[in-house]
Amino acid sequence: MFADRRNGAGAPGGAPARPPLPGGALAPRSGSLAGQMVKIGMLGLTTALAVWAAFPLYSAGNWIGIGVVAAVTTLLFYVYLSPRAIPAKYLVPGTLLLVAFQILPVLYTVSTSITNFGDGHRGSKEEAIASIEASSVVRAADSVDYRLTVAAVGDPATGDLVFLLTDPEGRVQAGDADGLTELAPDAVTTDPSGRITEAEGYTLLGAAEVSARSAEITAFAVPSGDGSGIRSSGLSSAYEGDATRAYDADCDCIVDAATGARFTADDERGVFLDESGERLPQGWRVDVGWDNFAKVLTNPSVSGPFFGILLWNLAFAAGTVLLVFVLGLGLALLMHTDRLRGRRVYRVLLVLPYAMPSFAMLLLWRDMFNADFGLVNRLLGLDVDWLGGEWTARLALLVVNAWLGYPYLFLVATGALQSIPRELTQAARLDGAGAWQSFRHVTLPLLMVALTPILVSTFSFNFNNFNAVYLMTGGGPFPPDNPMVGGTDLLITYTYRLAFGGQGAQYGYASAISVFIFLIVAVISVVSLRRSRSLEETH
Amino acid sequence: MKIRSAGVFASATVLTLVATACGGGGDSGEAAQEEPSGTMVIWADDIRTKALLPFAEEFGEAHGIQVEVETIPNEDLESNFVTAHQAGSGPDIVVGAHDWTGNFVQNGAIDPVQLPEDKVAAFNETAIEAVTYNGQLYGVPYATENLVLIRNTELAPEAPSSVEELVETGAALKDEGEVEEILGLQVGQEGDPYHIYPFYTSAGGYLFGQDDKGDYDPSDVGVGTPESVAAFERIAELGEKGEGALKRSIDSQNVASLFQDGKTPFFITGPWSIPDVKTAGIDYEISAIPGFEDGEEARPFVGVQTFYVAAGGANKVLAQEFVTNYVTDPELAIALYEEDPRPPALTAALEQVSQSDPDLAKVTEAGANGDPLPAIPQMAAIWDPFGKAEAAVISGEDPEEAVTAAGKAITDQIG
Repeated sequence: MFADRRNGAGAPGGAPARPPLPGGALAPRSGSLAGQMVKIGMLGLTTALAVWAAFPLYSAGNWIGIGVVAAVTTLLFYVYLSPRAIPAKYLVPGTLLLVAFQILPVLYTVSTSITNFGDGHRGSKEEAIASIEASSVVRAADSVDYRLTVAAVGDPATGDLVFLLTDPEGRVQAGDADGLTELAPDAVTTDPSGRITEAEGYTLLGAAEVSARSAEITAFAVPSGDGSGIRSSGLSSAYEGDATRAYDADCDCIVDAATGARFTADDERGVFLDESGERLPQGWRVDVGWDNFAKVLTNPSVSGPFFGILLWNLAFAAGTVLLVFVLGLGLALLMHTDRLRGRRVYRVLLVLPYAMPSFAMLLLWRDMFNADFGLVNRLLGLDVDWLGGEWTARLALLVVNAWLGYPYLFLVATGALQSIPRELTQAARLDGAGAWQSFRHVTLPLLMVALTPILVSTFSFNFNNFNAVYLMTGGGPFPPDNPMVGGTDLLITYTYRLAFGGQGAQYGYASAISVFIFLIVAVISVVSLRRSRSLEETH
Repeated sequence: MKIRSAGVFASATVLTLVATACGGGGDSGEAAQEEPSGTMVIWADDIRTKALLPFAEEFGEAHGIQVEVETIPNEDLESNFVTAHQAGSGPDIVVGAHDWTGNFVQNGAIDPVQLPEDKVAAFNETAIEAVTYNGQLYGVPYATENLVLIRNTELAPEAPSSVEELVETGAALKDEGEVEEILGLQVGQEGDPYHIYPFYTSAGGYLFGQDDKGDYDPSDVGVGTPESVAAFERIAELGEKGEGALKRSIDSQNVASLFQDGKTPFFITGPWSIPDVKTAGIDYEISAIPGFEDGEEARPFVGVQTFYVAAGGANKVLAQEFVTNYVTDPELAIALYEEDPRPPALTAALEQVSQSDPDLAKVTEAGANGDPLPAIPQMAAIWDPFGKAEAAVISGEDPEEAVTAAGKAITDQIG
């Protein structure tokens, strides 16, 4: 793995001196043997993975998928075998990762946001129809309970299916696709329950054989005269019944044979509706265009509280960043003074919150803020309904979040402080600067170079810190006049409630809201990174 | 080199990821047919997996097939099953609460089961009613559960006949310094509709009206109606600004320990809490949850644990066989009871276990008048706003405002 270091240090064995190109080790002819071997191994692995991925794609008939696999493999081979594509050697892996983990999910979210994908609208229209028909099979009122043996004519794997039936009176019959045939009692052998265990001319199916033909057997019905059929209910029993609803392609509707009701397909909403607008529960996934976005913008219960939530959301993220920064940096500075003894122990203790699972800690903190039984009130002798009041809940949330977050900043700040040469502050002191001045004008600017990206990422992380809010307060407390918007709701917890709280999961709607949040966070991140770049310039 | 080889490896990984992502768009039906036949898969949570295993093995041996029982955490079971069904990789049978039915049906994830009449008759009527959806039986029940009132007989020897009596006894004990709280009923900051429901019904409230077939009617939402406001006014009287029997500070985390430590004489909970109460050494007695003196009977929710047959399973015939012929066997019900003591839904099994466990009969009796948890998908819209209205009312806010807002939020969601 360190082969390139030798290469980079200069070509051994008196090879003509040439500038050590980045990526030179992967260019043909210049690499060491070990480097070559690793390269061959990696490319071999790539090929193996490609072949492995291609088989299921081939069997599923997914030619686009195979095309993508082939293209990516070819690209990788070209990049790593060609002597020319040196910059690409560095860029391709990162780019592919970016495509797979960033761009594809974003595109998928955007493409989902223009559909009605969600509970009741997950599959295709065909699946919805199949499900409606299968759910409408009802046992005939006068159905006889048969004992059933599944058999076939000839080969058990391919022969025509036959249901060997014993009715409660002990009469034995064979039912095939054409109807029922009486069997002679002496042509069959039955067990004590009356179930046929052997029959002349038929091959009985074992459980594994039944399992192999499961779909066929589930759909099989022996016509029994009056329009209904005898169907299997498991391996050993059968009943008489029929599907009462069927799809009629002519009217693109579902007709209920029992009531005569018609449910016409509405391809814009992905549901079957009857005249009164009543829908069948099973729907399908359709494109709804900008409806989800329009719903976010025009629904007063969504757009009304939006700015209030956004404001608190910004305050929460900024407040967390500020607290974490002050606490982390302050402690790091404190731990940086030489006079303090046992600094290692203190440092370990200070980083402890970082080592605890935040999920458990959040729940623990929630219990500590309990008004009647919580540690906080008992310890301080207070009687504050912490999580029941809007501002106290916000305060509690900030405190807990700062507690969870400061160790990270503390660690980074400690590292950054140690990397700042002491001569600089000493020089400042010699020039007559006080402790505060040398910190403010020498240490802090240097620290900020390392800390600003951390602060920006802390901000974006906390902007969407679902766990903290969801586990601590659940977004609450909620004003009595609106159970949908709580005092500590972030955009992300609020939209989670909108998209998944009410009518089950509404992925299309949730995606549309995600797109909005994505835009907000993207704008904030771009602006703040711009600002941090100006900081670097001062450095 | 380090960077570069990592790069190649990463790209190889990406390649596979991209490939599998594309593979997801493939025809899942075909893939299902290619699966090796003769394996039936059951999904259940950890408690039930343990009890099911021996029966699954027995069933497998009897039929010469392999049965796998996979553990999925209860809170993920419903959504995982729907997602897996969509991807064509779901199980053949799933075991869970009956109120998932509506969601499973609208996603086409389960098939109806056809039980002969004599088998239907062997079950508790409420249990069958619970698993019936749109006139179809969508699963086979095996256990029921409902809330009861557990009291500490050292502190409260007599079962209270009304809410008022309960509060009076509890408040007297609190004044004497014997206990800290009047009643252990979990509320929490976001409320708990499941646990407040008995009081809500006793005070005249309802969630959904019923149509002529006895099914819940999603177009008739009872939250926000004058009846529900009146009911919440009664609940407010018990709240923090009233008697102090209902408090948001009592939540699912601390309610059990309050009772087990003798800090409250009354505990409204389900059969799942009984083992811990026993372990804590509390002298207890179980009775039905009392209603308000001048009100209706308090009706708890009845939840039913159910075996569902997956619509997308590769082994539907075997799954139907297991559910119709094995789950209807009292022996399995008793084994499941021994793992997790909830009353069996099979009358015969209930009678048998009641002989050694008298609590069980009391639990079933307390739930005899209960309402099956609504299984319609619209129920999902109720939980959250209803709970929040409850929390607001208990904290002392105006019931009319809170309940009207909750009703509006619910009807907005149902659309």
